[in-house]
Amino acid sequence: MNRKTLVVSILLSTAMLTASTLAFSSDDDEKGGFLSRWFGERKHEVGVAPVENPQYLEECGGCHFPYQPGLLPARSWTKMMAGLDDHFGENAELPIEDASAIEAYLVKNAADHSDYKRSRKIMKYMQPGETPLRISKTAYFIKEHNELTRNMVEDNPQVGSFSRCESCHTQAAKGSFEEHEINIPGFGQWEDD
Amino acid sequence: MKRKLIVITALMFVMPMVVQADAISQLQADYQAKGAGPFSAAAGEALWNKPFKDAKSGKERRCTTCHTTDLTQAGKHLRTGKVIEPMAPSANPKRLTKIKKIKKWFVRNCKWTLGRECTAQEKGDLLAFLKSL
Repeated sequence: MNRKTLVVSILLSTAMLTASTLAFSSDDDEKGGFLSRWFGERKHEVGVAPVENPQYLEECGGCHFPYQPGLLPARSWTKMMAGLDDHFGENAELPIEDASAIEAYLVKNAADHSDYKRSRKIMKYMQPGETPLRISKTAYFIKEHNELTRNMVEDNPQVGSFSRCESCHTQAAKGSFEEHEINIPGFGQWEDD
Repeated sequence: MKRKLIVITALMFVMPMVVQADAISQLQADYQAKGAGPFSAAAGEALWNKPFKDAKSGKERRCTTCHTTDLTQAGKHLRTGKVIEPMAPSANPKRLTKIKKIKKWFVRNCKWTLGRECTAQEKGDLLAFLKSL
């Protein structure tokens, strides 16, 4: 073949190779077929899946904010439910049938089983071997809250702790933690720099 | 006919009170079957106010720590700040009406406060005290 044909065919095969590499490259974010990156539907629901389980709301939301299961991996929830007699210094024991039902709900909807945006981020920043019990000590959480000062949270009498999501995140109960929804008591709305 | 109507209406007013006493009576009957009783509101009150020392932290704990000394008022969870509705049935008619709920909180709170489960006698006394409020 002549030079022109050679150049064209090299260019074409390079283009095709690149295209197919991209199409077939593994992306753990991707669900769906190999062209779904461009043509498929990607479900990236904002926030975490809201809690709709009345038993969880009653038993666990009875003392503190009902943290959505999508905030921790399944292994963390299992560990949590196995240690209710010393639940962050409290006794939160439950009859076995209730504990089992709640654990099943938590595991099923855990961060590593969810497509929601925050769940995926939480898992992305987590070490594979980690089994955190405190949401506020997960890498993604720390990163997202690293612009806060002590007087906004720990020393803020209206907040007190990072465990009180609902103090600042006005839509936390719905599973939404968007920046524009934040209102820190005593400080006001969070200004995005 | 009129008298029957009055009697029936009167009974309808009494019914809710009977239903409310039921959870407590049932539980106390349970405790008696285990050998406890008779129950004393005074003993219940003493236990309610008694200080216990937590083995781990060395800090003092009592029922009043979260429920406060005035049970007609709301209390607050020590750590989460969660509001705890009044314990006194006179201030909170829903209190002490569900057996499962009473049992659950006895397990949790006796263990946390006393460091062990309450005995049948203690539970009976506590219920006698609380229902009188």
